[in-house]
Amino acid sequence: MKPGGSILGHVLRHLLLIAGLVIMLTPFVWMISTSLKPPNEIFSTKLSLLPNNWAAAENYTKAFTKVPLLRYLLNGVIVTGGIFLLQLIVSLPAAYALAKLRFRGRDILFTMVLIGLMIPAQAPAIPRYVMLYEVGLLDSYAALIIPFVFSAFGIFLMRQFFKTVPDDLMHAARIDGLGEFEILWRIMLPLAMPAMLAFGVISVVSHWNDFFWPLIVIQTGDLATPPLGTLFFRNEEAGSDFGPLMAGTVVITAPLVLLFLAAQRRFIEGVTLSGMKG
Amino acid sequence: MTTPIANDATPAERRAALALVSPAWLMFVVLLAGPTLAVFVLSLTDWQLGAPTMNFIGLGNYEQLFADRVFWKSFSNTVVYCLVTVPGSVFLGLGLALLIEGATFGRGFYRAAYFLPVTSTLIAMAVVWEFLLHPSVGLINMVLEQVGIQGGDWLKNPNRALFTLAGIGIWQSAGLNMVLFMAGLKSIPADLYEAAEIDGAASAWERFRCVTWPMLGPATLFVTVVSGIRSFQVFDTVEVLTKGGPNKATEVLLYTMYTEAFNFFRTGYGAAITVVFLVVVLALTLLQVKAGEKRTHYG
Repeated sequence: MKPGGSILGHVLRHLLLIAGLVIMLTPFVWMISTSLKPPNEIFSTKLSLLPNNWAAAENYTKAFTKVPLLRYLLNGVIVTGGIFLLQLIVSLPAAYALAKLRFRGRDILFTMVLIGLMIPAQAPAIPRYVMLYEVGLLDSYAALIIPFVFSAFGIFLMRQFFKTVPDDLMHAARIDGLGEFEILWRIMLPLAMPAMLAFGVISVVSHWNDFFWPLIVIQTGDLATPPLGTLFFRNEEAGSDFGPLMAGTVVITAPLVLLFLAAQRRFIEGVTLSGMKG
Repeated sequence: MTTPIANDATPAERRAALALVSPAWLMFVVLLAGPTLAVFVLSLTDWQLGAPTMNFIGLGNYEQLFADRVFWKSFSNTVVYCLVTVPGSVFLGLGLALLIEGATFGRGFYRAAYFLPVTSTLIAMAVVWEFLLHPSVGLINMVLEQVGIQGGDWLKNPNRALFTLAGIGIWQSAGLNMVLFMAGLKSIPADLYEAAEIDGAASAWERFRCVTWPMLGPATLFVTVVSGIRSFQVFDTVEVLTKGGPNKATEVLLYTMYTEAFNFFRTGYGAAITVVFLVVVLALTLLQVKAGEKRTHYG
């Protein structure tokens, strides 16, 4: 589309966009505003963005001491980091082979990857839970990480990328006496950084925000991921002590929001690529 | 594109390939294909987690399911949720994409700001929404009161709760649809607009009607189906805000599956609900593949 139109059109366009923005961003603004206010101002009928008496220190201290917020964030890092690392270890070699090597069963495997793309994460939940129950791994980091080690999306995305690398590069490497593993490690991997970043964004965002699976497999508070920890916090507060509760949600939301603001383009590219994975 | 096992592939190449793909094959079978097939098998049994015996009861679970009023309530709630959320977030996403792409400045800013709800942790934001929607001290009712409207209870009123959740769903996913539409808009060649102008499509509306809308057709179908798949998986806001209540007014399919399988440990019954869920999602996905065929090439 090309920009165009009258001055009035431009003014109207921006007015509309700003009005919409106010509505979209109100939850964020009010969350931060409430996290700074003392209880009497939160329950006051007089609306104001900034507090008269700042209670930020009390609210945030309470949020960090009532529940182990930092622990939740650390769990989030461990779980999303663990998942992504293992996904790479499984996906990259398979993606390279699917893109560049000839072998028996290649088309079948690729078909399986395409089928895997279609299966929603909740579909295999019950048998996965039973498996973890049988081997005694429920309520552990392993329970949060292992089920997601196979990523159809990761294999698909990396294969599409490896397809674009010219064959000559590999032929030259083979003539130099490199094996397939060395080609993957020393030549393909450095080239694949941008695609891996896009995959990383999707993987980390979707598992950081995932709630369904941690809710099912985790009982121990210390193992809660950020979303599950938020729920524990909310239940603890019985939904009345809004200042610390909003301070807690600010802390839980901050890492991904900051990451997004720092790397917007990658985020949006990655999410557009995957379409359905949020 | 079928490649026969090429005779010129060296044994070394074949061995290397086997080593490279076997971890993925193993994980696929153990973590995805196996469990997904097992759901179908479990749905034919009366098994409860931890029970020593398991009997095949044929379609017994499905008969029970289709005779259960809660299941139908849950299914129809999920459909209603989709019928509100999908058009809402698709039209909003399209409108935003058109408004922002047509702007002469501030595009990056608007795009990032409207995208923010997509990346923020939904559970945390659900807790914020709960506060905003609080009947007495919530911002929404306080603002409504300023203009003389009694807001009432948004989450405990059975006629309203599902629509409140759908509203949150629209808020959360509009930005995603917006960027998907932006990708679609970028692929429309600029000379089409020039051609339309020469042919007399002078106003912005005419250009939209003659060029943008027809060219966006496949993208719109794609975005709609993707939104449908996402909305059909609604769970987080239900668990945090309403627990399916009041009086089953927000009971949705995944929530029913979750309570049956993981609260009551009626594993077989929960598996049957999962199968229904999976069949609907796969049907929508096939639509998406059809819609996507014009856009993607798996070369």
